[in-house]
Amino acid sequence: MWRILRQITRQGLCSEPPPECSDAPRVEAGRIHDELLTILGQALAVRQVDAGSCNGCELEINALNNPYYNIEGLGIRFVASPRHADLLLVTGPVSRNMALALRRTHDATPEPKLVVAVGDCGCSGGIFGEGYASCGRVANVIPVDVTVAGCPPAPIDILRGILTAVRRCRAAPG
Amino acid sequence: MRIAGFSLDCERLPAPLPIWRATVRAETWRVLARGVSEQGGRLLALWASDCTRGAAGSLVVSSAYVVREGLLWLDLPLGERRSSYPDLAPIFPCAARMQRAAADLLGVTADGAADQRPWLNHGAWPAGCFPLRHGALEKNSEVAREVSDYAFVRVEGDGVHEIPVGPVHAGIIEPGHFRFSVVGEKVLRLEQRLGYKHKGIEQRFTELPPLEAYRLAGRVSGDSTVAYAWAWCMALESLAGCRVSERAASLRALLLERERVANHLGDLGALGNDAAFAFGLAQFSRLREDWLRLAREAFGHRLMMDCIVPGGVAMDIDQATSDRLARQCDLIEREVQALRQVYDEHAGLQDRFMTTGRVPPELAARLGLTGLAGRASGRAADLRCDQPWPPYDRLAVKMSTQGNGDVAARVAVRFDEIEESLRLLRLLLLQLGEGETRSALRLPAKAAFGAGWVEGWRGEVFVALLWDGEGGANAIRRCHVHDPSWQNWPVLEHAVIGNIVPDFPLINKSFNLSYAGHDL
Ligand code: SF4
Repeated sequence: MWRILRQITRQGLCSEPPPECSDAPRVEAGRIHDELLTILGQALAVRQVDAGSCNGCELEINALNNPYYNIEGLGIRFVASPRHADLLLVTGPVSRNMALALRRTHDATPEPKLVVAVGDCGCSGGIFGEGYASCGRVANVIPVDVTVAGCPPAPIDILRGILTAVRRCRAAPG
Repeated sequence: MRIAGFSLDCERLPAPLPIWRATVRAETWRVLARGVSEQGGRLLALWASDCTRGAAGSLVVSSAYVVREGLLWLDLPLGERRSSYPDLAPIFPCAARMQRAAADLLGVTADGAADQRPWLNHGAWPAGCFPLRHGALEKNSEVAREVSDYAFVRVEGDGVHEIPVGPVHAGIIEPGHFRFSVVGEKVLRLEQRLGYKHKGIEQRFTELPPLEAYRLAGRVSGDSTVAYAWAWCMALESLAGCRVSERAASLRALLLERERVANHLGDLGALGNDAAFAFGLAQFSRLREDWLRLAREAFGHRLMMDCIVPGGVAMDIDQATSDRLARQCDLIEREVQALRQVYDEHAGLQDRFMTTGRVPPELAARLGLTGLAGRASGRAADLRCDQPWPPYDRLAVKMSTQGNGDVAARVAVRFDEIEESLRLLRLLLLQLGEGETRSALRLPAKAAFGAGWVEGWRGEVFVALLWDGEGGANAIRRCHVHDPSWQNWPVLEHAVIGNIVPDFPLINKSFNLSYAGHDL
């Protein structure tokens, strides 16, 4: 226990934007945090759906949970069921074998719902394109509100994509 | 020549590791398999190809075995209008799913195989259509089809009930379906259904320009992008007779070891978290983020995608970067040592790790468990030690093995391997060697075979390439990529038997197998 406490105190909080500007991503994270709070004023429940990615995008989405980005501290939570979700974060070209599951997940998400397609694959089909087993981009299967380019996009860009979707939804309710 | 005690007419491929290829007949297919198995060799991969337009003039089934001397790639041409071959599953259980996949993609069947259910085809293409056969896709209409039913094996008995999970899972994880048969909390049986991510990668390889396709290889499984890119480039270089410089090889190993450390850091955090120790996740994910950020600065990409290219590497590092990378190794080493002590001394954590999800060495040997998970169950195999190719031939890699085969053993192997990789990284940084970072590569104007074989963080990644340079065709006719997850997924079904359902995420994570790399 003593070791754990020592490690925690020695590390301190690394999610705070540090004073020096050289570490740009951390400063950026801080700004996005503030903005999300002003726009949302409430928690955002996100359901992630991997519809056929290479898993690279999942690694970067997972990174959002690390102390640097600390998105839970802000009130963005990854939830286990689409029925609890406000936003679907979808990766990959949609494989034909996943198309039905993705459609069902989308149907199960209560209105109003947002869909953010993450990664070059989600945006356009990426290097996999369309084929006998791939339906290509996410928008070919379910309606998409915002796309985040990158292969994979950096965590901060994914966060920005979520924010953009939320902001748009606020601007045009219903 | 004699390999594994058989005299075979073999051709050695010009790859940095010992890889031989031979053509065999149906009568010897199983004899060879049994011989390899009796000597403690293992089946690495099994796949099929449509060579009706090539020299073989028919469908071909191929297997790759690992024997003491190296890798043995065997081709079995099926002959005109034949589409079946002798079943290998009774000798190597891991062959079963690979054979089912070959049946879905090429319509070749293993004679008398016990399980002939489709594996990758969930109804996305008609049962009589085989997407990797020539011309099959033109006939396949583009309409989306209904998902077909799958005959799961039912467990009968008093109080037995089924828990279906997936394909969409509760966390940020890849999709797959797990069917648990349980009594109370205890798992009697787990049956997996995979293939949800099948997006036709092997077909895609043949459509891309050959010198661009390494990018696709780096996207077979994002967490192993370096291992796949290296294996793929090695295969292309071997068929082109291209040798990479000492410096390029060292830089490749630098990337591969960094990938190993990145994944182990991520897994150790996630394993702590799955055992309700959030502290572990916070600490390790912080270290992983530091690691990825420096990768971005040094190599231009956090996951190091597209850094390995045909003929070498896409970047070089200067002295200042090298110093920073070395310093980070020291830093991470200190932190990981401190955290290892915390993990080791945490009674609650050890209680969850020990004896959970056990694969005893005998079972591991029988089922062909491989890679990191294999080493945690006493299977002493690591390509970097067994067939050290440059630059590993000058690094004397220390293999880490454990005998308990439980979650704790898989955790321990990860800790050991981080330490060893950090040592290797520092050695590499001290002496990267000379030579151009990218050698010229000329693709041959004839048919050729290429193979690549690399020890990724999860286990052996293998790539087989069929090149057609005849008459200016300049195309990849067939590309097979193999992930160690093919071997290990079926073993996970055994590892959970007798455990409680809530321990499944922990056990699953301790293997951390790839869905994308398996489904292709
Ligand atoms: S965008 Fe890139 S990282 Fe994401 S799934 Fe596609 S290939 Fe993988």
